[in-house]
Amino acid sequence: MMRWIEKSQIRLQMLFRRGHEAQRLDDELNFHLDRQIAENVAAGMTAEEARYSAMRSFGNPTELRDKTRETWSWTWLDLFLRDVRYGIRTLARTPGFAIIAMLVMALGIGSNVALFTVVHSVVMKPWPFKDPDRLVRLYEADAHGAFRDNSVAGGTFDSWQKSARTFEQMAIMGGMDYNLSGSSGQLPEQVYTATTSWNLFPMLGVEPALGRFFTASDDRPDANATVVLTWGLWKRRYGGDPHLLGQTVLLNAKPYTVIGVLPEWFTYPETRMQLWTAAYHEEPAERMQTHDRHNFDVLARLKPGVSIQQATAELITIQQQNRKQFPDGPVFDAANIRPIVDADVHEIKTALYTLLGATACLLLIACLNIANLLVARSASRRKESAIRTALGGSRARLVREQVIESTILSIAGGGLGILLAYGMLQWLIHIRPDIPRASEIHMDGIAALFAVGVVLVCGLLSGLIPALSLDDKQLLRTLQESSRAHSAHGRVRLRRILLSFEVGLTVVLLIGAGLLLKSYSRLRSVDPGCATRNVLTMSFSLPEARYSAPSQVTNFYEQLLDRIRSLPGVEAATLATAVPAEGHHGDDAFSIQEHPPLPKGAWLDASVRHIDPGFFTAMQIPLLQGRSFLPNERDDNTQVVVVNQALIRKYFPAEEAIGKHIVDENFGPRNKNFEIVGIVADTREKISEEPHPTMYYPLYRGTRNYASLAVRSSHDPANLALPVQKIFSDMDRNLPVADVLTMDQIIGKSTLNASFNATLLLVFAVLSLVLAAVGLFGVLSYIVAQRTGEIGIRIALGAQRGQVMSLMLNDGLRPALFGMGFGLLASIGLSQLIQSMLYGTKPFDLSVFVLVTMTLLVVSALACLAPAWRASRLDPVQALRTE
Amino acid sequence: MGKPSDLVQGTLDLLILRTIALEPMHGWAIAKRIQQVSGEVLQVQQGSLYPALHRLEQQGWIKAKWAESETGRQAKFYSLTTAGSKQMEQETANWNRLSEAINLIVQSA
Repeated sequence: MMRWIEKSQIRLQMLFRRGHEAQRLDDELNFHLDRQIAENVAAGMTAEEARYSAMRSFGNPTELRDKTRETWSWTWLDLFLRDVRYGIRTLARTPGFAIIAMLVMALGIGSNVALFTVVHSVVMKPWPFKDPDRLVRLYEADAHGAFRDNSVAGGTFDSWQKSARTFEQMAIMGGMDYNLSGSSGQLPEQVYTATTSWNLFPMLGVEPALGRFFTASDDRPDANATVVLTWGLWKRRYGGDPHLLGQTVLLNAKPYTVIGVLPEWFTYPETRMQLWTAAYHEEPAERMQTHDRHNFDVLARLKPGVSIQQATAELITIQQQNRKQFPDGPVFDAANIRPIVDADVHEIKTALYTLLGATACLLLIACLNIANLLVARSASRRKESAIRTALGGSRARLVREQVIESTILSIAGGGLGILLAYGMLQWLIHIRPDIPRASEIHMDGIAALFAVGVVLVCGLLSGLIPALSLDDKQLLRTLQESSRAHSAHGRVRLRRILLSFEVGLTVVLLIGAGLLLKSYSRLRSVDPGCATRNVLTMSFSLPEARYSAPSQVTNFYEQLLDRIRSLPGVEAATLATAVPAEGHHGDDAFSIQEHPPLPKGAWLDASVRHIDPGFFTAMQIPLLQGRSFLPNERDDNTQVVVVNQALIRKYFPAEEAIGKHIVDENFGPRNKNFEIVGIVADTREKISEEPHPTMYYPLYRGTRNYASLAVRSSHDPANLALPVQKIFSDMDRNLPVADVLTMDQIIGKSTLNASFNATLLLVFAVLSLVLAAVGLFGVLSYIVAQRTGEIGIRIALGAQRGQVMSLMLNDGLRPALFGMGFGLLASIGLSQLIQSMLYGTKPFDLSVFVLVTMTLLVVSALACLAPAWRASRLDPVQALRTE
Repeated sequence: MGKPSDLVQGTLDLLILRTIALEPMHGWAIAKRIQQVSGEVLQVQQGSLYPALHRLEQQGWIKAKWAESETGRQAKFYSLTTAGSKQMEQETANWNRLSEAINLIVQSA
């Protein structure tokens, strides 16, 4: 114990007062020497003789000092620091190389750290809820597999809650746009609001930042209207005013009391949700009891020890009973469960992993490049290494020096890279706010650890490759060589191999980028089926409190369209519950009156849109047969419907559809038969999906109090934004409009994913191409310098310039060709992995592969051109003289 | 008897420990004392003495203090620590056992 104290004392001294101790050692040895001299003098020698004799017996003072110091603790640190100093000095001697290497490293490390942070934050990190691995999302599904992740019906949720034993708790979530207004004269705005059962927040383990959350008594139809704000909304619209608690805000013109504010980090399920209300209070009762209208998301907490399979099995049993009880209509008979994070991110996972793989390739190429450069450098220092080895230096020492040098580069590059990563993340979040969980993306401890790990691995890799290529069997030859010639064949082969790898990886990246680009361009060129040039859109909803009767709703629509159509520059204006390319906006189950009855429990499905009579002409959607709606077809006296080609192809493949009837029960039992009066061309809800069968109902029935306005203009539609919004506020001061976008912007949004992935991958691919080209250039220059003597002899013996040039070109292109072959093969396999990201492009797309091959050949040839040309221009006399 | 540079490292350690067990000494004095007591047979060279002294110090068997020497100059005096004296006992016992065993073989031949 005491010994340990003594030891620690000494160790600390050795660490912090090493210089002082070194001085003391000198004093000690000098003391000894002086005593020896004194003894010699006392024995009769002269002062000089005494000194010489003493020093002779003393031996080599430096060696003695070193041997003694070796016994000190922390010697390894001493040596290490010395190596680091040497490394820095060596790098400082070639600042150009050092800076370029650092930048290359920074790029590779930075992009890797950035993407790893994204993948970790979005895909791997759980939400900070209580026991998040017990939280799951429940979906309805179809036993035949036609639907897998379907929303849940209110009545189904009820049956699950009552009968399921494998869950601790369940909560239901819905969402819709509300008009938020009232208080302090701010403009009304449309906010996306979530409706939830009262127990959601307690189930997730979330504590309010202010106030309280819902209780069971708030979650009843007869309760007072209450609302919980998200932190973002509270800060943005109300300035973080704590006195807001207990005050009322107007949602859809109805008063709601603010009871609480969510904590800042809570942005589940998406940042779009800005307000929370109680579901059983908000939603109409029959919506919470029906089994065939699927409007909700369900979150649940599994009981401890219960697996997802067990829970799914239990839900399926309940579903089957439901189906027996309600055999008609879209009542599902199966269920599906996903863990909570997976539910949100499983669509984006492939893209993220692909990008991460691309950055890993880029980093590997960067390391290989640097290794290549270091190999070249160590080749020029072979003489020095040989001499050191001959004098007794260990190979381990040389390896350590090399690794330390490359690690210094790596650390410097890594530091820069982390800054770069930070910048990249900010840019990423800014440009892609639609990434799920985007608010969670920030660098944390794990990302820092990853960064450190990457830096170390890069340093090791770039250092070990050249270091391990040191060959001390060549020692004697090296020492015997004349000073100017280089001829280490082993080194060249290593450089060629490294280069092949580089080229191979570059090919993989290029092909990936090519495939994604082609995919994106295919996507972008898809015709959504309607007018897209100069079309402005915006959406709004009419609060029930002020527009309770269908006729009020219809009047508003008509007046709005009249006034907008009279604006200068407006060619057409129209309303619809959703315009094309805006995504899925609900579908209905139906049957066809004239067809034989469907088997029990089966139903037909089509998307639903409500439109004004001028919709098809305004959006330039061709009317193929029959007619659109007449202006007097409105309210309850109209039972007409228009369908699109996709519906005809699916359900009336070989017959006349006009005049037949659709049976849709969603408008009430009295009004379920609709006569098909017209057939229009297809439009796309999602650009990347085929057109869905669609039914168009007259908006003037007044059953839909929300709509998207589309205005087609003869000039830039953005000029119409303000005049149109003014008309809105003239007609109703408290009516906000939202999502003011042109059709081009809407289509851009829907292809944002594809364009982003393609662009990013292209940037990486081009960077690696540049690196590979530089590498090729370097290797061939090196080879030429090496073979100067040989080339001189060839030319002297009569070889033509052209022959020499093609000889050198071959030499340089060979590793590139090997690499290309290996890269192409690898791409054929790897491109299968990104199949889900491709649109209209096969993974093995011949044109992309051919284009990449050509590009690489051209770039390689260009890179090799300069050194090869220089070789052909060699003066043989000069070349031979340098021998 | 060979020169002390043939001594196994552990044996030199033992000699040093026993020498400074009596009183604290500096390196020069230790070398002189060993030479004296062994009858001029064992001459410890600086090349092995000082590394050994520093190693023993790093391991905590001996501790050092700078003090005024008999000539008036400052010198580094080494003395045993508690753990060091225990180690010395152990090393002595080991040495005795070893040398007895060797003696048995040498004398029986």
